[in-house]
Amino acid sequence: MPGDIAAQAVSALASVTPEPGAAKPDPILVADGVNRHFGGLVAVDVTHVEFQKGAITALIGPNGAGKSTFFNLLSGFDKADAGTWVYAGTTVTNTPPHRLARRGMVRTFQLTKSLSRLTVIDNMLLGAGEQTGEVMLASILPFLWSGQEKKNRERAMVLLERFNLAAKADDFAGSLSGGQRKLLEMARALMLKPNLIMLDEPMAGVNPALKQSLLDHIRDIREEGTTVVFVEHDMDMVRDVSDWVVVMAQGKVIAEGRPDTVMRDQRVIDAYLGAHHDQQLTDSGETRTEGTTS
Amino acid sequence: MLRAFARLLLALLGLMAASVALTGVAAAADPAVVAVVTDANKAPIAGVTISVTGPDGFTGTGTTGADGIATIIVPKSGKYVATIDEATIPGGATVKDGTERTVNVLSGNKKVLFPVGMPDDGGGSQDGGGGSGITLDRVMQLILDGVILSLIIALGALGLNLIFGTTGLSNFAHGELLTLGAFTALVLNTSLGLDLLIAAPLAILLSALLWGWGQNQVLWKPLRKRQTGLIAAMIVSIGLAIMLRYVILFLFGGAPKSYQQFAGQPGLELGPIFITPKAIVLSIIAIIALVAIILWLKSSRIGKATRAVSDNPALASASGINVERVISIVWILGAMLAAYAGVFLGITQNVVWTMGQYLLLTLFAAIVLGGLGTIGGAIVGSFVVGITVQLSTLIVPTELKTGAALLLMILLLLVRPQGLLGRPERVG
Amino acid sequence: MDMGFVLTQAITQAIGVTAIIYLLATMGLNIQFGYTGLLNFGQIAFVAVGSYAIGVFLIQWQQDPWPNWMPWPTLVPNLWVAILYALLLSVALALILGIPTLRLRADYLAIVTIATGEIMRLAFKSTDPLGGSQGINGKMGQDFYDLNPFPQQDRFDFGPLSYTRADLWVVLVGWVVIALLLLLTWALMRSPWGRVLKGIREDEDAVRSLGKNTYLRKMQALILGGLLGSLSGIFWAIAKQSVQPDSFVPAFTFFCYTILILGGAARVMGPVLGAIIFWFLLVFIEQFLLLLIDNGTITFLVPTQVGPIRFILVGLGLMLLMIFRPQGILGDKKEIALDAR
Repeated sequence: MPGDIAAQAVSALASVTPEPGAAKPDPILVADGVNRHFGGLVAVDVTHVEFQKGAITALIGPNGAGKSTFFNLLSGFDKADAGTWVYAGTTVTNTPPHRLARRGMVRTFQLTKSLSRLTVIDNMLLGAGEQTGEVMLASILPFLWSGQEKKNRERAMVLLERFNLAAKADDFAGSLSGGQRKLLEMARALMLKPNLIMLDEPMAGVNPALKQSLLDHIRDIREEGTTVVFVEHDMDMVRDVSDWVVVMAQGKVIAEGRPDTVMRDQRVIDAYLGAHHDQQLTDSGETRTEGTTS
Repeated sequence: MLRAFARLLLALLGLMAASVALTGVAAAADPAVVAVVTDANKAPIAGVTISVTGPDGFTGTGTTGADGIATIIVPKSGKYVATIDEATIPGGATVKDGTERTVNVLSGNKKVLFPVGMPDDGGGSQDGGGGSGITLDRVMQLILDGVILSLIIALGALGLNLIFGTTGLSNFAHGELLTLGAFTALVLNTSLGLDLLIAAPLAILLSALLWGWGQNQVLWKPLRKRQTGLIAAMIVSIGLAIMLRYVILFLFGGAPKSYQQFAGQPGLELGPIFITPKAIVLSIIAIIALVAIILWLKSSRIGKATRAVSDNPALASASGINVERVISIVWILGAMLAAYAGVFLGITQNVVWTMGQYLLLTLFAAIVLGGLGTIGGAIVGSFVVGITVQLSTLIVPTELKTGAALLLMILLLLVRPQGLLGRPERVG
Repeated sequence: MDMGFVLTQAITQAIGVTAIIYLLATMGLNIQFGYTGLLNFGQIAFVAVGSYAIGVFLIQWQQDPWPNWMPWPTLVPNLWVAILYALLLSVALALILGIPTLRLRADYLAIVTIATGEIMRLAFKSTDPLGGSQGINGKMGQDFYDLNPFPQQDRFDFGPLSYTRADLWVVLVGWVVIALLLLLTWALMRSPWGRVLKGIREDEDAVRSLGKNTYLRKMQALILGGLLGSLSGIFWAIAKQSVQPDSFVPAFTFFCYTILILGGAARVMGPVLGAIIFWFLLVFIEQFLLLLIDNGTITFLVPTQVGPIRFILVGLGLMLLMIFRPQGILGDKKEIALDAR
């Protein structure tokens, strides 16, 4: 039962050591030795990290930590220079995104990519997985795909209802508000019936009223048994909804753990504030000590 | 009677009008030899006599009209020899590949082409066809021609690249900045009678103001304000290019023109290579101009601001840089360099409405090959393209030389999509 | 000379061979650019392949086989086989063009496709076995004309329009073919396949993240659009009985873009409306100006200047369209307002 999966995930994580690269009881995604550099700059250098199935895991870190790059690598939108990763038991290193999506790994984007000049329902139908009608030769014979299309449409409308977008089904996606577009992107991702959904800064630019709505939807997604991994800067959200937190800095995973404990980890504080944040700033009349925060 | 004749004429005109955009020569009813005489810029040459001999002692002559075409009707199908009378070619130019053409006329027309080389061809040499053999002398001459061509390309490519870098616009009307510069100088020189030494700098300044700053003020700045997309803007630039080209054709006609001074300057022989003094002077000025601009871009405040805007306009704006002012300066610079290139071409070759259009693809090839958005890339790309274009005539026919450079660009893009000096794009 | 004849000329050309040639090529461009967002500026290359295949296989290599041991008359016994080869070559060109370029960003694709078109034109022009700079003239497509069902008659008059027997057949078949292709386009674009193309136009990454192989779809669009381009070239060769390298210039593609945007991109009937109106206007203005020059109303122009005026209007028209009415005639203003490109 879905609810059990969620509870299982939480209890499973209770036994995991809060160390970077910690092994998880039932990982859905495992990455090893992933490296990505641009010229001399190392963007990602992750030795080992595992993501628990059925859990909501947050990937956090200061700007430039490499979270988005890591995300892009895992989801096939960038090519790693080294390393392997395994999803649901299959090695998917450098697998292109469309193949990952068909296997059930779906991602959303920080800058919402609702397909503006398509209608909301068309957006949803694009997410309906492999369709006979999408094969060029078959597409000219409607009788080959009209049944499937009808079923997809019904499924789409159910999802749209859930996200409160049903009334907008025939409007252009571009005419929706920013918040509605975020919901659309999430709904669209669900059309694929994913096992793992990767959200890239889902709260970026979202007003507080919508945040709660999005958080509820994320919890619902997890309740259905889908694993959620997301990148975020919004610490409130991270504390509120995640079961597990992975912290990156300068391309490496520097800490892992439950949300409340990870925030207090010295390594994490150092990463965010800089290594010498605890040295006193002197009064203006006196000279400063060396090595204050830059 | 008159009405019927007028009807027929109109119908004929209508048919011809429609085929203007399609083919050059409408199929005539009788078999005929159609001679087409064009110059190095593919512009027609009028008033040239062609004589045709054939079976059964047939002889016929024709003179090319304003479209550069002479049609000599022949009585039946067979083998005919068309000979161009070089004495009737204005400017004392000579025909490439010999004065005779042998053709087999079946039914309908048989077109023969007489491409004419201009006496002074951008550095002092004729373009050799693909068959004159590879000698060291030829190679050196071609490299020299290539360097001169590269300088002209670089003058255009640098501006094009700066405009692309700061505004994102792929400016398909950039070639016309060259043409406009050359024609502005022409008007000042021939219509107003100013000596070229005054007319040229004046034309460059005017071009910078009108065709550079003015173009940005009137067209591109308002479009940016409206937030016109980049692809839409590119298509607008294509429309602009077509319009400008044909306005120039409309106003000045298709025949190539020369400035009043320096037109027929004899070349110097420096050992194995051949070059005119004007080409030397113009090239030196070009090198100075390019070096000066590059140094300025690297070290001056505005130069650095330009690079900042190229890199990240939003960030540059947030840092207090006046992005619109930088863009205005870029357009002024781009037009100035392009105008100089136009004058350069006008002095070493001639002034004709297609001059910019002819170079446009090589400009794009240069900046794409060198790396879109990088300044060094524009220069490196220009030299790779320019020298390739000229050296390629050692192995391919002259018509294909531009094609050789384009092919090189495509092949490079396959292996290295960011160009020679471009940075691999960071995902972020 | 009067307005009646100006109008007759304009209408004749608006639905005649020229319009059909441009319409077919633009329909291809509509699939590539209008629906999928591929910036193909080398559509003329496909047109050239179509025309040259007909000219070379049916005339040039029949008279002057290349290589001279190839039994071309047996390999290409009639027009229909030549057309088949032309279409196959078109697919080959699409693959050659697409494989390296479909991964490039939009402006690179534009430059590379124009470059390809020019390379092809220059190559055709300087290769003698392909007709060289003289091109190919001759009775290509006789098999097609032999099928002409119309009775032997000097001219056929329909009101003000007048056609020869051959022209009438050509124009009629042209429009029938167009009608069939329009139907095909309509069927394709309302299907899920068409939806994927439109998605790619909006944001390729999003569509990839939804599990679609976008590269394959883009290639399909390129191939399909290219086939339509070659059909245009095939039709051109048959109708004009002539293949000249200098007809296949970038300006042709630019005209197609103007037609496409005028009629309304990503609308099935867009190219049709665009082509008819474009050619009507162009010929009308030209004939009208010639009329005014002829009867002395305009004294500051000479007839040779009227040609450039057409192109000036096209250039200006394209600019104004993109700035003020990018949705064209059939497009939806709201939809275009959402176009971030």
